[in-house]
Amino acid sequence: MIGYLLRRLISVIPVLLGVSLVAFALVRLVPGDPVTVLLGPGYSPEEAAVLRERYALDRPLPVQYLAWLTRAVQGDLGHSFFTGEPVVKAIVDRLPVTLELAAIALAFALLVGVPLGIISAVRPGKWLDHLARFGGLVGISIPGFWFGAILILIFSLNLGLLPSGRFVHLTDDPVENVKRMLMPGLALGTAVAAVAMRTARSAMLDVIGQDYTRTARAKGVSERGIVFRHALRNALVPVVTVLGLQAGYLLGGSVVIEQVFSLPGVGRLALQAISGRDYALLQGTVLFAATAFVLINLAVDLLYARIDPRIRDARR
Amino acid sequence: MNASSVRLRFNAFTFAAAVLTIYGLAALLGPWVTADPYRMHPDAALAAPSAQHWFGTDAFGRDLLSRVVCGARTSLLVAIVSVGLSLLAGGLLGLCAGYFGGRIDALLSRVNDGMLAFPDVLLALAIMAVLGASTTNVTLAIAIVYTPIFARITRGAVLQIKPMNYIEAARALGLGHCRIVLRHVLPNIVGPLVVQTTLSLAFAILAEAALSFLGLGVEPDAPSWGMMLNEGRDWMELAWWVSVFPGLAITLAVLSLNIVGDGLRDARVRAAR
Repeated sequence: MIGYLLRRLISVIPVLLGVSLVAFALVRLVPGDPVTVLLGPGYSPEEAAVLRERYALDRPLPVQYLAWLTRAVQGDLGHSFFTGEPVVKAIVDRLPVTLELAAIALAFALLVGVPLGIISAVRPGKWLDHLARFGGLVGISIPGFWFGAILILIFSLNLGLLPSGRFVHLTDDPVENVKRMLMPGLALGTAVAAVAMRTARSAMLDVIGQDYTRTARAKGVSERGIVFRHALRNALVPVVTVLGLQAGYLLGGSVVIEQVFSLPGVGRLALQAISGRDYALLQGTVLFAATAFVLINLAVDLLYARIDPRIRDARR
Repeated sequence: MNASSVRLRFNAFTFAAAVLTIYGLAALLGPWVTADPYRMHPDAALAAPSAQHWFGTDAFGRDLLSRVVCGARTSLLVAIVSVGLSLLAGGLLGLCAGYFGGRIDALLSRVNDGMLAFPDVLLALAIMAVLGASTTNVTLAIAIVYTPIFARITRGAVLQIKPMNYIEAARALGLGHCRIVLRHVLPNIVGPLVVQTTLSLAFAILAEAALSFLGLGVEPDAPSWGMMLNEGRDWMELAWWVSVFPGLAITLAVLSLNIVGDGLRDARVRAAR
């Protein structure tokens, strides 16, 4: 297991380098002098000189990249020229909101999507199966942000059941916070739940068709025992992988959802960076999101090897 | 599989194909069959759905049905062109990587992995932030984001058929790389690419809608579904129809593409058995 862990850790390095290269190139592609791009209009000559020094802006591009990467690895992603605060601090401050949103979405996927997929696979052709399959298709087809707007329309504006607008921090008033995060979490989680349902269903159907399931049945194991003891554990592997890949969707989708529900998260920070042409901040948020995505998938891979020992053995 | 589920799938597939045909016709003929989507009726701003305006009107009194129908042209064009571009670029890169292998493969695969590490909407957003909002730029941004997916799928498919006897035979006969790729490799990897194209079209429609909704997609005045949702946002409380109908148009289009994509994939799986 330790060998597998090391190999997997090392394999992430080139991907992260690629990620950093894309994030670096992104800002360099903005037309104009990088000093103006990074500092915004109205900077002093001293500030410009400091920046040129820091990021080796007078040197060739590869040197600039290395200078930037060295700072980034040390947790220095520059300053937002709008607020002057360090980019890393801006991201860390907004992170809890995005994490909470993602957690609610993921919980929804796990509590609704996965069980529906299993039930659907165990009773194929029944009305619940048809309903779940149709729901799964609609779930991956509906634009999450539009679904969010519809939820506001129904539950806030018409029925007055759930509040929307003004954000309340979890630490200030937990009950009020959860009430306000429920709809955004649902809007973000619908697509993830749908994907989880579809994956769980097809994985269960696969496992149920396997020889060992037939053997278990022949031995007289009850249907319940087959589902819970034999099928579920094997079907979980693809579900976990797919949910890991959905982390990317959660990070990207939260940008739009946070905008619809006016939530002060990392996604909204990226949008503010874009509308304010705050490129250091934009670069930081993009780099952060991609790195988080890579690390989440690394974690999923390791988890995957934990659930299914064959994986770490097969890759030896 | 029992008979009833075959029938259900067949019906869903037919239904989805019919819906897509209607969308295609709307995109082609839209401006000729509906009222002018730009014509403003200031006296009828935010009018509720009625016999005269089936979907109601927006804040400028423009007929929403006409805008939804004409929006099909913008939204589908962005989706088709961007997916077409990523199919071409990704297909070519994947073919090279898979067919030649070695260093080319190693380099392309690394770059690909790096690109795939970015959440798609976020990467598209960042590209739009650099390029600026316009229909051409949003098409390009979506194309860039989906290129690595096509590259990966093409590469995988090529690797699967590369050890086959007929490729070996073609090589033994002394055929050139170009000819082997075009005549022997390409026709045998079309299947997975068709499925991915259908599903990517669905994603591209959603991506365009999200970007335009954020004001980083098509030009402000263009009737695209996402742009209409952006405009309808402020009127949610007063006029639900401004947001509801374009959203339904998106959902139905994406749903149909997903049903067709699922159907094609299942058919491939069945054929492979």
